[in-house]
Amino acid sequence: MDAPLLSLAIWVPIAAGLAVLAAGGERHAKLQRSLALAGAALGFLVTLPLYLQFEIGNPGMQFIESAPWIERFNVNYHLGVDGISVLFVLLNSFITLLVVVAGWTAVETRLSQYFASFLVLSGLLSGVFSALDAVLFYVFFEATLIPMFIIIGVWGGPNRVYAALKFFLYTFAGSVLMLVALLYLYFASGSFAILDWHKLPIALGTQVLLFFGFLFAFAVKVPMWPVHTWLPDAHTEAPTGGSVVLAAILLKLGAYGFVRFTLPILPDASRDLAWLMIAASLIAVAYIGLVALAQTDMKKLIAYSSVSHMGFVTLGFFIFNAYGVEGALVQMISHGFVSAALFLCVGVMYDRTHSRMIADYGGVVNTMPRFAALMMLFAMANAGLPATSGFVGEFMVIMGAMKANFWLAFVAATTLVFGAAYTLWMYKRVIFGPVANARVAALADLNARETVVLGALAVAVLAMGVYPLPFTEVMHASVNDLLRHVALPKL
Amino acid sequence: MSADAFFTTVRVLPEILLLAGACVVMIVDVYAKDERRRAAYAVAHATLLLAFLATLAVVYESGGVRYEVLNGLFVSDRMSHLLKLASYLAVSAALVYSRQYLLERGLLRGEFITLLLFALLGMMVLISAGSFLTLYLGLELMSLCLYAMVALDRDSPVATEAAMKYFVLGALSSGLLLYGMSMIYGATGTLDISEVAAAVAKLASSEVERSFLVFGLVFLVAGLAFKIGVVPFHMWIPDVYHGAPTPVTLVISSGPKIAAFAMAVRLLVNGTPALAADWQPMLVLLALLSMALGNIAAIAQSNLKRMLAYSAIAHMGFMLLGLLSGWSAGDGANAADAYSAALFYIIVYAVMSVGAFGVLLYLSRAGFECENLEDMRGLNRRSPWWAFVMLIIMFSLTGIPPTAGFYAKLAVLSAVVSAGHVWLAVAAVMFSLVGAFYYLRVVKLMYFDEPRETVAVDGPPGMRLLLSANGLALLAVGILPQPLMAVCFAAITGL
Repeated sequence: MDAPLLSLAIWVPIAAGLAVLAAGGERHAKLQRSLALAGAALGFLVTLPLYLQFEIGNPGMQFIESAPWIERFNVNYHLGVDGISVLFVLLNSFITLLVVVAGWTAVETRLSQYFASFLVLSGLLSGVFSALDAVLFYVFFEATLIPMFIIIGVWGGPNRVYAALKFFLYTFAGSVLMLVALLYLYFASGSFAILDWHKLPIALGTQVLLFFGFLFAFAVKVPMWPVHTWLPDAHTEAPTGGSVVLAAILLKLGAYGFVRFTLPILPDASRDLAWLMIAASLIAVAYIGLVALAQTDMKKLIAYSSVSHMGFVTLGFFIFNAYGVEGALVQMISHGFVSAALFLCVGVMYDRTHSRMIADYGGVVNTMPRFAALMMLFAMANAGLPATSGFVGEFMVIMGAMKANFWLAFVAATTLVFGAAYTLWMYKRVIFGPVANARVAALADLNARETVVLGALAVAVLAMGVYPLPFTEVMHASVNDLLRHVALPKL
Repeated sequence: MSADAFFTTVRVLPEILLLAGACVVMIVDVYAKDERRRAAYAVAHATLLLAFLATLAVVYESGGVRYEVLNGLFVSDRMSHLLKLASYLAVSAALVYSRQYLLERGLLRGEFITLLLFALLGMMVLISAGSFLTLYLGLELMSLCLYAMVALDRDSPVATEAAMKYFVLGALSSGLLLYGMSMIYGATGTLDISEVAAAVAKLASSEVERSFLVFGLVFLVAGLAFKIGVVPFHMWIPDVYHGAPTPVTLVISSGPKIAAFAMAVRLLVNGTPALAADWQPMLVLLALLSMALGNIAAIAQSNLKRMLAYSAIAHMGFMLLGLLSGWSAGDGANAADAYSAALFYIIVYAVMSVGAFGVLLYLSRAGFECENLEDMRGLNRRSPWWAFVMLIIMFSLTGIPPTAGFYAKLAVLSAVVSAGHVWLAVAAVMFSLVGAFYYLRVVKLMYFDEPRETVAVDGPPGMRLLLSANGLALLAVGILPQPLMAVCFAAITGL
């Protein structure tokens, strides 16, 4: 009997979160921190066997667990991961661990609620990536809103209330339509099992309607242009840890939804409407790249950069070849590392000076050389420099786009210019030059805790850039299976 | 006593016990000169407990079979048992939650307890009605008690105004209902609901008879809509919720809703299923208008009780979606699913509503009414636990998993989709989206804002326990909804 690894991945962090909450009160700060760290570490450890014991070359679901949950609606507690989703469960538990360490001293008020929110959120996110039942998926998908709403609203910046409400209502608006689509599929098939839906024949007109039902939910989450406007607000106002989880994991939910629902369940509509998705993706890549160039707030800049990078992901999915889809998945993981790292870098500076404005900095390299070196690496990765993880995904997607159409690849490749421009220009203004003011002159370099967090991400970024095979070989079989499936009409 | 008479008596035992208990409370209250009304409370709780046990005994004895007793005047079926059990819980929660509040305001008079028990008796009669006569009897018993309870604080002009409005509009709606009943009686020649159903099924095939029946049906539905409180018959709801003392609002928002649901089932599902094609479109209109007006008007409220009143209108509209999805194109295959979804919804709603008003009562204290949105400000700072309980209730009202409110919405929406009204489901979720805003605003006030005052939040231990259980029950049902859903389904199949 194997251990129920996926259940552990979900419930260990949630249980840890509740334990932290139970140890509430301002007096037990030390205990709360230790409990949160132990919970996050344990949560990370239980996901490791998912990768180590993963059967490479098997396109199907692994680590399956299934138990009846709501018999009235034939809903099961059905979990499993394939090559596409397993990496996200790991990414999630890894990022959560970093966030807990990074948030060690960042928050003074309501510490137990802060850590509990992140731990519960982490468990719910693992649930989203491993749910194979649509209701279970939806429950996890929606439930993530509650902790994130609290995180942004309680520990966020000056405009946090607006940002939190906007985040919640945008996402909720998208997902309620998906709920109707899910119910429709339930009545068409008699079950909520996602894998059964992959085989369900659906008429084209219906497929198109369902496509839009799902599209709104996932497009808001990704976020795709033109429904991305909540993201810059949410990112800017969220505390550092919130921005990290938002960028690294929550944005992946939308993209994951496309591969788990839209493409395999509605292949014909996906092919028919690919032009729409590609157009929106290219606008995100090119136009939002330009928007990022104009930002004066570092967090906003990284937020727009996220929208632009996620445009690459949706582009990769809808050109329907192995390079594109695999490249998009690699890009998702890489973006998880890089955007997390960049937000943490901004967090490091913010903790010291309480400003996110580019104009308030300059010459940071003089006072924080170690930090400057690490941030250089992440900036390069964000720009897509070879030998960093950012390069692999972008290169694969551009290759895939080239196979589909030269002009697609041409527009997509502008990101290499814009991405480098906005990232490196920001880096130059913040890090280089003469020391800008007294606050910069007083900066202290990274402490041991921050070095460990950023160092871990640096290792991940470099490893993935130099030797991406451990990541791609896991997803290979599942991606090919998905593409075979999408190529077959199921009218 | 013959065996038949014995079983008849057993099946109405809960009602008999409650009647006796209410009379005892009245007498005890005259002699006990205790301002905390310990004796009356003890008798009331004991009565509720006895009625609860008696109902369980009836459930056990009947073995799930539907019985008509007292010559068909009284129906004892699984739905009636379930709804009665839910009503006992709602009423005992009302007793526990309101005690401290009433005591601090000098309103803790015996009348409150007596009227509450008589109102409960009315609900029970209504829930078990097998004839138009008993239905009307139960309805009036319940309503008259509630009118008086709204005016409990007789020095308050708002409460008096609310009571007047409630009484006048309530009387009007009773009149409409009676008129509808008399039409149906004229067409079918009987008051017995099962006989009405049989007669209507026969008459409905003739065009002339049918139009006559539908004429009566319109009045039935209008009267029903008044009692449930859906647009355009909702005008009394915001004023009554706002004007009545909070404990009375709590009562009105829970038990009577359950009873009104039972009334809808008795009149429409049991009485006129052959006219489903006629009453379903009426309910569509009521449901859509209620969800639209309730959710949009709630945004504009700064008074929490008024906001919850509009929220109640929206929720009742949503519940109607379940009732109207039973039959599609003459096919009633989904009827049990749809009605059990509505039943599940109304029970979950009652739990949420009792909890929400319970928190308001808990936060109120001598000389301070917690009834404005502003009063929730910074609650998380003052008391993380009660903020959390209110958070669960608000997310449940919004319909966010993992809370019971989500499954209530899911069940109803699935019934709507299975009946083929996908557009209606889309409209419903869009209005829930509008609704999300004002529930989130409460969470925002509790969690994101700083408190204006620092008075410690404290209350009697019994209330703390029950209110916590109330909030956590929503989470528990949210994580394991199957048992309650199965019970609701069984209740509907036993109709």
